[in-house]
Amino acid sequence: MNSRLASEIFWLSLEHVELVAITIVVAAAIGLPAGVALARRVSIRRWVMSIANLAQTVPSLALFGFLLPLPFLGGIGKRTAIIALCLYALLPILRNTLTGILGVDAAVRESAVAMGMTERQVLWQVELPLAVPSIVAGLRIATVTTIGTATIAAAIGGGGLGVFIFRGIAMVDTPTILAGAVPAAMMALVADEGLEWIERKLSPG
Amino acid sequence: MANILEIRDLCYAIEGRPILRGVTLDVAEGETVALLGRSGSGKTTLLKMVNRLLHPNGGEIRFEGKSSADWDPIRLRRRMGYVIQDAGLFPHWTVEANVGLVLKLENWPPSDARRRVEMLLDMVGLLPDEFAGRYPRQLSGGQKQRVGIARALAADPPLLLMDEPFAALDPITRFEMQRQFVELRRSFHKAALFVTHDVREALTVGSRIALFQDGALDLVLPPAEFLRAGTPEARAFLASLEPAGGPS
Ligand SMILES: Nc1ncnc2c1ncn2[C@@H]1O[C@H](COP(=O)(O)OP(=O)(O)OP(=O)(O)O)[C@@H](O)[C@H]1O
Ligand SMILES: [Mg+2]
Repeated sequence: MNSRLASEIFWLSLEHVELVAITIVVAAAIGLPAGVALARRVSIRRWVMSIANLAQTVPSLALFGFLLPLPFLGGIGKRTAIIALCLYALLPILRNTLTGILGVDAAVRESAVAMGMTERQVLWQVELPLAVPSIVAGLRIATVTTIGTATIAAAIGGGGLGVFIFRGIAMVDTPTILAGAVPAAMMALVADEGLEWIERKLSPG
Repeated sequence: MANILEIRDLCYAIEGRPILRGVTLDVAEGETVALLGRSGSGKTTLLKMVNRLLHPNGGEIRFEGKSSADWDPIRLRRRMGYVIQDAGLFPHWTVEANVGLVLKLENWPPSDARRRVEMLLDMVGLLPDEFAGRYPRQLSGGQKQRVGIARALAADPPLLLMDEPFAALDPITRFEMQRQFVELRRSFHKAALFVTHDVREALTVGSRIALFQDGALDLVLPPAEFLRAGTPEARAFLASLEPAGGPS
């Protein structure tokens, strides 16, 4: 492998990591509080979850295409790519936060209230800690899928390892495709293992 | 003697099905009222209502002279030590954290809280060195119950709500705990609503026995008079004191 290729792989991998990291941070910043808020609101929960599920069914390439012509949100480049990736990453984070909180044993929650905890204390000291494994699992699913989907971001100028893949497709050159696909796959594996380890570490009790 | 708790004509229904039908009961300061009744007769429901986990459809509860509805629910609950049926411990906290919960909520200095927790664990017969660091899943049913009792006593509340606190104990430990409880009541002058379906236990711990039947009080009597009570439900319970097969 020549050193030009090696350095290109390195820099595109780094760009890929950046895309994924920004996406997950933004998606978590929206998805975690939204999940907590929805856990308390039975009436709007069904609506929000249906809309979120529906958004997930839009093919990713199509979603990138839809965003392109939009003012402010759209256009060629990283920002559009990150917005699209966030839309996909949001659902697993939102859903797992919600199921994690709703999954807390009703008797445990009732006992927290009975001991004189305020609503906020019940959330922070009982519900969230017990929901942590589920929340981390959601982050793990979001991260791994984003690493894959982010390769498509190159189609709209988002950069990252997808650059190799699209170039390889255009040149009908398998090694170039692999130069993008293999690091992306390895990245997904490492993220999966690492977050699973964290998930185990944070499991209560 | 002043009443710490006054329950007036309390009614509760779930989907039109009555669970409590006009319960009236007073608990004096320092007194233990044993709530005796069959499974499903509404004992836990009554305790939850006193603790404001459930809201009555009718009637009133007064705690320390003030209507329960006028209390800040958080303050009200922290003034009642609640031993929950089946313990209700937090699975993600150690025994020490579980017992010290209300102390933490009340902002006790950690070192004072730790000393208090150790004292309480000792009192309920769990060696602090051995048990303080364990998680609830590492305890037997009876040990969990004792942690639940220690937790309820932690902040020294004037009223205890105890829902079958000794149900999971072996008869020897159970007897020991009953004896300690009676002593505790005498020395600390605490009031308690003590739920049980065991007549012998009701007779031991109760200064009065309130017999529940289908969500209503059949009678309220001191132990000595309860032994001579004539209602069918009281007779049914007293019969359980005799060996099976009738008196020999
Ligand atoms: N959430 C609920 N929904 C419907 N019915 C309920 C609910 N909670 C309690 N009940 C009913 O209310 C009645 C009283 O229940 P409660 O738990 O107060 O009984 P209990 O006297 O404490 O019984 P046990 O000795 O078995 O604990 C029962 O018939 C029970 O089935
Ligand atoms: Mg009960």
